[in-house]
Amino acid sequence: MTMMTHIPILQAEGLTRRFGGLTAVNGVDLSLALHQIHAVIGTNGAGKSTLINMLSGELPPSAGRLQLQGQDVTGWTQHKLARHGIGRSYQRNNIFLPLTVRENCRLAAQSRAQRAWRLWEPAQACRTSRALADEAMERAGLAAQAARLASELAHGQKRQLEVAMCLATQPVALLLDEPLAGMGAEESARMLDLLRGLRDGHAILLVEHDMEAVFAVADRITVMVNGTVIASGDPAAIRANAEVQLAYLGEEEGAHA
Amino acid sequence: MQPNSSAPPSPSLQDLQDVRRPPWLAALGWIAALAVLAIAPLVLTADSHKFYIELLSKVMIMAIFALSLQLLIGYTGLVSLGHAAYFAVAAYATAMLAPEGGPGNGWLLMLGALGAAAALALVVGALVLRTRGVYFIMVTLAFAQMVYFVFHDTKIAGGSDGTYIYFRPEFNVLRERPLTVNDPVQFYWLVLAALVVAVAALAVLLRSRFGHALVGIRHNEQRMRAAGYATYRYQLGAFVAGGVVAGLAGYLYAIQFGFVNPEIASWHQSGNAMLMVILGGVGSLAGAVLGAFSFVLLAEWFSTLTRHWQLLMGGFIIVAVALLPRGLVSVPAVLRQRAPRRRRNGNAQAAAQASDADARSREAV
Repeated sequence: MTMMTHIPILQAEGLTRRFGGLTAVNGVDLSLALHQIHAVIGTNGAGKSTLINMLSGELPPSAGRLQLQGQDVTGWTQHKLARHGIGRSYQRNNIFLPLTVRENCRLAAQSRAQRAWRLWEPAQACRTSRALADEAMERAGLAAQAARLASELAHGQKRQLEVAMCLATQPVALLLDEPLAGMGAEESARMLDLLRGLRDGHAILLVEHDMEAVFAVADRITVMVNGTVIASGDPAAIRANAEVQLAYLGEEEGAHA
Repeated sequence: MQPNSSAPPSPSLQDLQDVRRPPWLAALGWIAALAVLAIAPLVLTADSHKFYIELLSKVMIMAIFALSLQLLIGYTGLVSLGHAAYFAVAAYATAMLAPEGGPGNGWLLMLGALGAAAALALVVGALVLRTRGVYFIMVTLAFAQMVYFVFHDTKIAGGSDGTYIYFRPEFNVLRERPLTVNDPVQFYWLVLAALVVAVAALAVLLRSRFGHALVGIRHNEQRMRAAGYATYRYQLGAFVAGGVVAGLAGYLYAIQFGFVNPEIASWHQSGNAMLMVILGGVGSLAGAVLGAFSFVLLAEWFSTLTRHWQLLMGGFIIVAVALLPRGLVSVPAVLRQRAPRRRRNGNAQAAAQASDADARSREAV
């Protein structure tokens, strides 16, 4: 598909996280390339969420290195990584429920133009954040909902807002934690369209339980079992991989949470 | 893509619009309150009215104090139970910096008082903001107790007896003769001006990018970090701002009573401010002012009725919080909500209740 333009954006080497005696993620190598959707799959407890937490800086790794566009960013704080182009969405809805859709996006976008000391300027007068918010809502298909409160949205729209807030910060790497969680068929189809549209211009990490969706959109798939990568390759290779079939695909998939 | 397809316009939307407090009502409330406060000294002119003028000054000082705590509790989500420390440090700074031989310069003393409160808030905030939840509450209280005992158990400023300010400061305004605040009415105008400045400053702060970010942090700190905000710095900024406004109240208190003692740093003082905020309504500047007025005036009234007035006060607060969980500031909204509900057979009740929090948070932004 886009095999000839492998521009690495976010690279993890030997990323490891231990919680006491438990090693949740063990020596994971991962590379996210521009214009690619890289899916990470694995059963519950495989370490996918811990991995995404380390990539976004929410959790410091116990060992390993992280590079963002060629720069060593190991140990950077989450907000610093975010300002340097890493955007993440959450598995649970993690939006500002009492605020409007527009303000949700505008607040996220405001992180690009914080200027917190300009106390006399109304936030609503910040053109940068408003423009970024409008663009993000448009891309995520929420422009018509801009004035509604986030709490009034349908579940699928809340998931879209989750992604829109991520986009509003103009990330170059998008880390999406189960964007399809709890969605119906129609909502899922819409979200997948959105993800395909985001492929250009972003390096996307997709953690997802819905196998059908993963194989439909991913350019590359990494399979994790017990914190370790057991296979990584294009969808066809993963489908054919005997070890993956044994460890994961052969098992009966429970209903995605 | 049809973004609307899965969300047909629900009938509850109209109800939501009904419940939200319209901006004109809030503006009208502020103007009416200011008018009443500005007219009061023109009406209460008799000598026997001095008591009321002084009482209103005291109430307005407590309103400034409650406003400062509202910034932390209602907008930043920081439940500080040690807010009296900044009030007290500013009051003590005023007393200790005031010259003993004559009236001091009011502006310089204010600068010293606010500076002391800011410095303490910066140091304490830098430490306590590393904790969360109930630990934050306990640690803020612990620091305030430390301040209390420093004033109580050391020889600084008279120890447990406190210390006096012998001359009220003067304020130089545009080269004319300095304004004095020796008369209760003069002092009343000074406090009213300070209250107006405090409300206006906080309102401007809250509409700024900084203010919006604080509200975002209150609702969801994790998401704000993920979006690229150094939330700790924002919270520290809010903590210092809250300390400075509390310092303004402490400064005015010291001038009004000409006397400071360790009791103003006690946890009762912090607790009272929190009660004012809760009574008036969390997340609303008007709520802090309303809460301070009702709390201080009721305490004054109850204490004329019985020696056990604190029992009455406690009972009142329990009833008020039970009937008005969003505080006194929500009375208009509750009334507006009641009227149509009767006509519509109570159908919209659930939707209206759900929108309560929304309406409040909207006002917050």
